Amino acid sequence: MKRIKRGLIFPERYDEAKKALGRKKIEEISLPEEIIIPMSQHIGAPASPIVSVGERVLVGQKVADSEAFISAPMHSSVSGEVKAIEPRLGGDGKKVLSIVITPDDKEETISFKGLSDEEAKDPDRVRAAVREAGVVGMGGAGFPTHVKLTPPKDKPIFDVIINGGECEPYLAADHRNFLERGDKILDGLKIIMATVGAKRGYIGIETNKIDAIYHMDKLASSEGNIKVMPLNAIYPQGAEKQLIETILGKEVPSGGLPSDVGALVQNAGTAAAISEAVRGGRPLIERTISVSGHGMASFTNIRAKIGTPISHIIEECGGFKGKIGKVVVGGPMTGVALFDLSVPVIKGTSGVIAFTVEDTSIPNPRPCIRCGRCVDICPVRIMPNYISQYIEVDQVDRADDFDVMDCIECGLCSYVCPATRPFIQLIRHAKAKIIAEQKREEK
Amino acid sequence: MGSDYIVSTPPHIRSGETIEKFMAWTFLALTPLVVAGLYAFGFFAFRTLILSILSAVAMEAAVLRYRKMPIVISDGSAIITGLILALTLPPKVPYWIPIVGGALAIFFGKQLFGGLGYNVFNPALVGRAMLVLSWPSIMSGSWFTTLRELDGITTATPLTAAKAIKAGTLIGDISVVYKPLLFLNRGGCMGEVSALLLIIGGLVLIARRVVDWRIPLFYLGTVFVMSILTGNNGVFNILAGALIFGAFFLASDPVTSPVTRRAKMIYGICLGLVTILIRFYTSYSEGVMFAILFMNSFAALIDRYTRPITFGTVKAK
Repeated sequence: MKRIKRGLIFPERYDEAKKALGRKKIEEISLPEEIIIPMSQHIGAPASPIVSVGERVLVGQKVADSEAFISAPMHSSVSGEVKAIEPRLGGDGKKVLSIVITPDDKEETISFKGLSDEEAKDPDRVRAAVREAGVVGMGGAGFPTHVKLTPPKDKPIFDVIINGGECEPYLAADHRNFLERGDKILDGLKIIMATVGAKRGYIGIETNKIDAIYHMDKLASSEGNIKVMPLNAIYPQGAEKQLIETILGKEVPSGGLPSDVGALVQNAGTAAAISEAVRGGRPLIERTISVSGHGMASFTNIRAKIGTPISHIIEECGGFKGKIGKVVVGGPMTGVALFDLSVPVIKGTSGVIAFTVEDTSIPNPRPCIRCGRCVDICPVRIMPNYISQYIEVDQVDRADDFDVMDCIECGLCSYVCPATRPFIQLIRHAKAKIIAEQKREEK
Repeated sequence: MGSDYIVSTPPHIRSGETIEKFMAWTFLALTPLVVAGLYAFGFFAFRTLILSILSAVAMEAAVLRYRKMPIVISDGSAIITGLILALTLPPKVPYWIPIVGGALAIFFGKQLFGGLGYNVFNPALVGRAMLVLSWPSIMSGSWFTTLRELDGITTATPLTAAKAIKAGTLIGDISVVYKPLLFLNRGGCMGEVSALLLIIGGLVLIARRVVDWRIPLFYLGTVFVMSILTGNNGVFNILAGALIFGAFFLASDPVTSPVTRRAKMIYGICLGLVTILIRFYTSYSEGVMFAILFMNSFAALIDRYTRPITFGTVKAK
């Protein structure tokens, strides 16, 4: 069994919740009253609206696009009328220009056209189709997929890895994607391999989704160059560079990209989206989301249309239970806490988690007592204790010396810290300062 | 924003470990020893214990008040400092010794550096060192009074005796010494009263991961090996004096010891070497206190030279 060298096996209570959620089939939910499509849902340039207020749009119709390479277009996930184009709260709680659409219940769809099998062998046509469908990484960061499918010429890709780590508690969207859309994930992997010319394919799945491992193994059994890799369930195994370490035994150089070691990692849901985009010309307009946490009446996996307000999803999944302390979009370790539930589902939204007041941890940061737990557990082997102390006294350059830029923000240091220190907050502050400094020096 | 929801940076779940729990476990791990100490030394020990804790807590509160910081006694750190200081004192010292000691420990050992987490030296040991240097006769003489009054024994603490009779006669008789050292040693301080109870307490802390096993193991191991190499009795040197107490409860104090695993091993070995140097080659019979204070000052430095290699940074490239 393979695993990363440092990390955390979560306590049983979290694993139970996750396994229970993994047994729940993906459900459809009703249409919300409005769909909000933010113009920036990923790392890269924001798109610009190409529809106007009052215009009628159809399911799958492109509503925004960008000239920039590192960007992806947006599509309407419903048929209806464009009600407004105005700043709204985006997925990360920042105001961003959004297209607001009032759905009608006609579900009128534009005609999708995929590539023929022959056309799908042409890498350029595949990239174009993936871009046109607005596919971005669905694991969280949301990097435009066609960019990933265009590796630098001097860095050939040998190995493609499908990321089925999904190592955070309370999430099971990818688990269900494997079980219910496994054929599409496998097809997506084959398309990626053909497009970048990779020789080997891997599907890494943690052993807390044993049924997914069996299912994918059966599907992939006839493929000679694709292997399903069972991984120990340990956080943060699903982090890109950590997954490469586990499966290929290679460390991506500090500051580098997976292509530096000849690897490419795609999230399972993204692979399915690639398959849909290439075979059927279907744009990325919906995704699987886990709705969980002990503040929810029940644990549910849903198929949500991009742009659906979180409040609508919570209602559709049975509403809250008990007094709610915190609502998080994403996983409990890296997700964003919301102050307003009107924010929409975006392409990278993997889950919605409601914590009751009792479950909510309210940090009461204290001075470091040098217990060393953060250092012992850090998967990138930096020293969060010293780094956080340097940042507190504004010695950001010292933090840089201690490789703060290599932090993957997995949150384990804070998880184990008996002084509940706000590591992520401090580290993000330092990273922003260092990047600003670098930009100034470049000028 | 008028939101009903709590917003904070991730992670949104935590292990539930707190400084308070660390302190509570330390307290719990020391309880059997305290009980044994009270049994062995009686009222005087109880008085010393209470005065030391009260003094430490009072000083903590006073300084926090002066610094206009929230007066947090509930974190337990001042109580533990007072407790540990009392365990290192001769039980029958004059009543003002633990009062002065507790106050000095918190003031010079902890708050002067900025409070919990910022202190370089173990506060209890700072307090004890200042007492030893200021009132050497009281701090060394009080052992004998205790013993005479309680047991009618006129010998000194086992280590002092060993030093006095280095020639070898005692080494032969030392087997007689093992039993009291393990179970109920009435010579020395409360922290030396029973090696067995100390080891059990220490193992509890290690099991709870309040204390990392590396420092005690490498410390004790080094003392054992060096004792044998210098022609001394290894087992006796581990059991006698404050070594076990120091290894499990003082040297392993997270705040004043190094952070990385490799650093903890090096730290333990250095502690052992310094202790042996003081015990065998100076006029002090007990090396634990000064060894720990001495090594405290190197903790951050050892960390610096044992920094883990960051993920993806290859050596020599």
